[in-house]
Amino acid sequence: MSDRGYPDAVADEFPPPPTAFTDREDRAIEVRPYAGEEAVREALVEMYDAFDPADRAQGIPPGGEERIREWLDAILCDDCYNVIAWCGDDAAGHATLVPDGDAYELAIFVHQEYQRAGIGTHLIRGLLGHGQANGVEKVWLTVERWNRAAVSLYKKIGFETSDAESFELEMGLRLHASDDEDVDPDPDDGDE
Amino acid sequence: MKVLCGIGGSDDSFRALDRTVERAAVANDDLTIAVVDNEDSSVSPDEVVERAEAAADEAEIDAEVRRVEGDPGSRLVEIAETEGFEEIVLGGGHTSPMGKITIGSIAEFVLLNAKTSVTLVR
Repeated sequence: MSDRGYPDAVADEFPPPPTAFTDREDRAIEVRPYAGEEAVREALVEMYDAFDPADRAQGIPPGGEERIREWLDAILCDDCYNVIAWCGDDAAGHATLVPDGDAYELAIFVHQEYQRAGIGTHLIRGLLGHGQANGVEKVWLTVERWNRAAVSLYKKIGFETSDAESFELEMGLRLHASDDEDVDPDPDDGDE
Repeated sequence: MKVLCGIGGSDDSFRALDRTVERAAVANDDLTIAVVDNEDSSVSPDEVVERAEAAADEAEIDAEVRRVEGDPGSRLVEIAETEGFEEIVLGGGHTSPMGKITIGSIAEFVLLNAKTSVTLVR
């Protein structure tokens, strides 16, 4: 949709995956992009099948293996961008950019065993780095306004609220200047 | 049951229309279909009225199709209250490319303000 709002300023550069770090629980975590591997898809099915229903947001992830597979088919598409946070062979988290006109819709999920350990921040930065490296210009998301942990994560990354009038907040981020729009790439030059 | 179904031309509103008409035929509901203004809809109100009348004809029920102008949420709540409706039925929301469900602004207003039960059709 073209009527969504995005910040005028372009976001910082994010590190493209693969990246590796140790989380706050001393677990070695690697963030890697999805490249169509069947085994990765199966690891995601397993992660979402064990996902706490209380952590669902606006109907996703869906419940039950069949619906999970259908949903993954849609968001692991060829023109989508996906990154996964791995703890050994287990998928600990997953973030995705799904095309929507000239922009991408973002979602991020961290399995309950791996929450509150700093993985979400690395994962979303890895996803945005992956998108940036592939020329993604604009990213939007919706988030339930009571989900303060998620809202503050998105703000920290640079997302700005574009619509605060519904149950869900809508937020936008600009990763690259658009060809067709006259945007100052760095209005806060030297400020960081 | 006396049912008020509000539709504005979005995909989910047509799903609500079909399901409500189907149910009315079985349950013998006293159904009124209110065609409201929805600025996000690409279908004109006249077309929505036609679709509603066709759906009722096809199900062979005697539903009233009424064009309702003005702010859709508040008009639906007002009609339900002043005319003694027992339930308001609306579309259950739009699904984003990601699969996230977003409830429309009309449904939000009606959910928070109606005194009747509200059904959102998925």
